[in-house]
Amino acid sequence: MSATAESVQDRKAALKGLGTSRKRVEDARFTQGKGNYVDDIKLPGMLFGDFVRSQHAHARVKSIDTSKAMELPGVVAVLTAADLEPLNLHWMPTLAGDKQMVLADGKVLFQGQEVAFVVAEDRYIAADAVDLVKVDYEELPVLVDPFKAELSDAPILREDIKDETEGAHGARRHPNHIFTWEQGDQAATEAIMKEAPVVAEEMVYYHRTHPCPMETCGSVASMDKVNGKLTLWGTFQAPHVVRTVASLLSGIAEHNIRVVSPDIGGGFGNKVGVYPGYVCSIVASIVTGVPVKWVEDRMENLSATAFARDYHMNGKIAATEDGKILGLWCHTTADHGAFDACADPTKYPAGFMNICTGSYDIPTAYLAVDGIYTNKAPGGVAYRCSFRVTEAAYFIERMIEVLAIKLNMDAAELRAKNFIRKEQFPYQSALGWEYDSGDYHTAWNKALEAVDYKGLRAEQAQQVNDFKAGKTRKLMGIGLCHFTEIVGAGPVKNCDILGMGMFDSCEIRIHPTGSALARLGTISQGQGHATTFAQILATEIGISADEITIEEGDTDTAPYGLGTYGSRSTPVAGAATAMAGRKIRAKAQMIAAYLLEVHDNDIEWEVDRFVVKGAPERFKTMKEIAFASYNQAIPGVEPGLEAVSYYDPPNMTYPFGAYICVMDIDVDTGVSDVRKFYALDDCGTRINPMIIEGQVHGGLTEALAIAMGQEIAYDELGNVKTGTLMDFFIPTSWETPNYQTDFTETPSPHHPIGAKGVGESPNVGGVPAFSNAINDAFRAFGLTHTNMPHDHWRVWKTANDLGLHG
Amino acid sequence: MITGNFEYHQPSSLPEAVALLSKLGDDARVIAGGHSLIPSMKLRLAMPEHLIDLQGIGELKNIQISGGEVRIGAMTTQAELIASEALYKSAPIIRETALQIADPQVRYMGTIGGNVANGDPGNDMPALMQCLDANFVLQGPDGERVVKAREFYEAAYFTARDDLEILSEIRFSECSGGFAYGKQKRKIGDYATAAAAVLLTKDGNNCSHASIALTNLADTPLYCEEASAMLQNGGVNDENIAAAVTSAMAQIEPVDDNRGPAEFKKHAASIVLASAIRDAWARA
Ligand SMILES: Cc1cc2nc3c(=O)[nH]c(=O)nc-3n(C[C@H](O)[C@H](O)[C@H](O)COP(=O)(O)OP(=O)(O)OC[C@H]3O[C@@H](n4cnc5c(N)ncnc54)[C@H](O)[C@@H]3O)c2cc1C
Repeated sequence: MSATAESVQDRKAALKGLGTSRKRVEDARFTQGKGNYVDDIKLPGMLFGDFVRSQHAHARVKSIDTSKAMELPGVVAVLTAADLEPLNLHWMPTLAGDKQMVLADGKVLFQGQEVAFVVAEDRYIAADAVDLVKVDYEELPVLVDPFKAELSDAPILREDIKDETEGAHGARRHPNHIFTWEQGDQAATEAIMKEAPVVAEEMVYYHRTHPCPMETCGSVASMDKVNGKLTLWGTFQAPHVVRTVASLLSGIAEHNIRVVSPDIGGGFGNKVGVYPGYVCSIVASIVTGVPVKWVEDRMENLSATAFARDYHMNGKIAATEDGKILGLWCHTTADHGAFDACADPTKYPAGFMNICTGSYDIPTAYLAVDGIYTNKAPGGVAYRCSFRVTEAAYFIERMIEVLAIKLNMDAAELRAKNFIRKEQFPYQSALGWEYDSGDYHTAWNKALEAVDYKGLRAEQAQQVNDFKAGKTRKLMGIGLCHFTEIVGAGPVKNCDILGMGMFDSCEIRIHPTGSALARLGTISQGQGHATTFAQILATEIGISADEITIEEGDTDTAPYGLGTYGSRSTPVAGAATAMAGRKIRAKAQMIAAYLLEVHDNDIEWEVDRFVVKGAPERFKTMKEIAFASYNQAIPGVEPGLEAVSYYDPPNMTYPFGAYICVMDIDVDTGVSDVRKFYALDDCGTRINPMIIEGQVHGGLTEALAIAMGQEIAYDELGNVKTGTLMDFFIPTSWETPNYQTDFTETPSPHHPIGAKGVGESPNVGGVPAFSNAINDAFRAFGLTHTNMPHDHWRVWKTANDLGLHG
Repeated sequence: MITGNFEYHQPSSLPEAVALLSKLGDDARVIAGGHSLIPSMKLRLAMPEHLIDLQGIGELKNIQISGGEVRIGAMTTQAELIASEALYKSAPIIRETALQIADPQVRYMGTIGGNVANGDPGNDMPALMQCLDANFVLQGPDGERVVKAREFYEAAYFTARDDLEILSEIRFSECSGGFAYGKQKRKIGDYATAAAAVLLTKDGNNCSHASIALTNLADTPLYCEEASAMLQNGGVNDENIAAAVTSAMAQIEPVDDNRGPAEFKKHAASIVLASAIRDAWARA
């Protein structure tokens, strides 16, 4: 008996399926420099494009003189809006229902905007030619502050739509106003804010930052004029959507377009949208008949491609005197820059900002978001998060702290008092979501115990005393965060991008010798899909993950999918993979029954084989079945073993976590140091614990960057002040603290394998934890809230404003 | 992020380099490690038509110590400064400073000559050289001349070096006693928010020698003569440290930038300097 039990265990282990810390199969090539990125693509006769960009934030383009550039030997073409207009490609639709100039059409609206596209024999000539294009500008007044957008003296930015009172998301009240999005019950919430015993109010600003993936954006377009086929390689997080958009824009039939995302060096939301560079490389290839490559440099990436956040969130939170939350009110002013190029599902112009009730049972809530145009780069993408979830989590986790101060209550206790209880799931939130599963109290208590929360608070109190007595110039902050995400967009009934439902897909082929190929509609940018999706499949179909190839990113071969962002790959494509695997297994069962000469129902699945019930010595392994499917005529069963699944998720998934950060802060220099960071994640079923840990480390480090210094800052003339990595903070190993990771496991009830997604959790939960630690350090001295990023001078200023410098 | 066009020259001796520079004149720049020059060429802030690479000149790469004097060839890299045990014995503050410059990759390329000749107020070596009271040896068409580090810096990117001169060597006296280079920066690879070089020699309870210089707090490095004298004459105690810091702070003129407003930098500088003085004295 025990021998069989052991061999089942051995066979299970050999699959390297769910729960295995399998090494990433991608890393063999990445660590040896054998990745194949867009810039590695070299085609015969390929030309290079480079942009002339605006140095002004707002100006009329009076004339563009390309003659000097055209004279430079090696320059093939210089495209301007006038050249694109006959093709109707001088503007392009954005994912948010707005339109964006591909090349400056009459005016420029942000510094770094694309004005002309130079095409030359190499990138050096192209760069020289960029300098030779003479653009005559007439400067216009600049709007950088969204709160001034609707003042009477505000310049009108979007003259193209200045008279349109109706936008993609409803009424527009001013030419610089994009939309107002409202959720929840305004009257009831405002009544509570008037009547509640305790109301705390705060303006919480989540500053503008940028995903800044290691690889910048780029594309190579190759128009084959003979057979009419366009091939487009690019840094695309959603290659199929790009194919559809390219077809709609160019008029080239979709079957004649092949879009390929090769290896992608990080996306973080930056590579979801469509950029002018992609369009220009396509047009240039159509015009010249040869392949054209465009790859932006780091400064272009930071200053012109999609930014993230920039939400001014004005909040009110009401509670009883003993800390039971009664209501939440939020008005957000969203700075979208010059074009609304957010990458959100169509019906959600502020993404899933309405998850801002967080982990708490808040009976009544109201959210309004005003989208505003300013003279800044467009974007508003989900930087390692699911559509504004980071903003929502930051907002509620700050408001909880602000409320705790008002109540003079411990913030950990206040959270515990208001958590949605385990038995309340599925939980209907006041702002319209159905949380699938959770056990917040268990996670929270585990976290508090792990860090000895009581001990930390005692130490902190002692340090405050020492500080007041002049014995130290350091303060200690304890940053708490309990976040709930909403990921895995999403149900086709309410989630689409440009009309395409947000399902995803997987197609599986089992080869005769029992190894497999699976193709998905998603695309890895470092998440390790080739590793983890093989693991999901291994467990479903009993073939070792080592014998399963995962392919993504080529629209000619992969099934249609909506791509990878918003932690949707595991919740949606991962589910499709499991479901397709189950179809394989269902067919395999028929074949096995035939081979074993029993009825379908007389056999059962066991790890990697079908076994005759009650006769364990009679079985057929998946490998045997695969071979049989190709070489035996089985009555009533088609040859071969393939399956495809398009998965429309019934709901989102709701990962959560409890993070605690302990920070030491030098009040005089503003220098802070993370002493401890504990991160407990509950992402439901854990597919590969090692990859989860890697994702958590990476996400926390990005969170550290954002909270502690990373920003895209503009001066009052709309100049980008943080356009290089000298000023745009990317932590190195030196700045990165040690992380202590932990988990609980609450499966999603509606996902085929119970997985929820984890890639973005650490960024969503990390930012509030770091920021709360800084804020908490000064609580004893009267601080309620100070904005990020918490770099040295801002921390110093907080201390200075509190009078801590004597 | 692509430089303009330029001609590349690689002379193999110093006289050859000097002659080339004289011949090509204003349109030429020498290039050492390239880690200040190339970034500014990529931004097309600098667009020299000729680059004269000093990498091929072996005689510019050395560290000699004799008779109480240290001589460092201009092309000695920051990594080589850090690695030299002899130099560490003669002037340990050099290693302490060099370790706070940029990151290891930059330090393998960046040279001491480039760092001091560059004239960027953010560079760390210039204040250090003023603190050490170093001399810079310049080779030009009219031969060699020596300029004191304390008289070399005129304004940001303006130095006493003539366009046709090449800095060949740096000389200073071996130093004994306490030392500290304190630097506040935002991250690895960042220039100073505020930095201070301090040398203090202890004689019984007295301070027989004091020298203080500051980095990135004005458009040139700042040698703090009065503050140095306060410590040297009055001794190193809380009261004199405070007075020296106050004196040094009267000299600085930091500007607002992404590292913070001037007001903050003044405060940070005073903390950085006071703690560098204490560290140096503790080691004296
Ligand atoms: C990411 C990064 C971070 C950095 N951080 C710091 C820092 O924290 N602190 C710091 O001090 N520096 C820093 N640097 C600059 C670095 O130390 C440079 O290497 C140094 O400033 C210049 O030395 P170089 O040899 O590279 O000179 P180059 O870049 O080759 O030359 C710099 C200038 O000096 C001139 N020059 C060079 N050598 C001579 C010579 N012998 N005679 C006459 N003129 C000469 C050149 O013509 C040029 O104008 C950083 C650089 C980078 C890229």
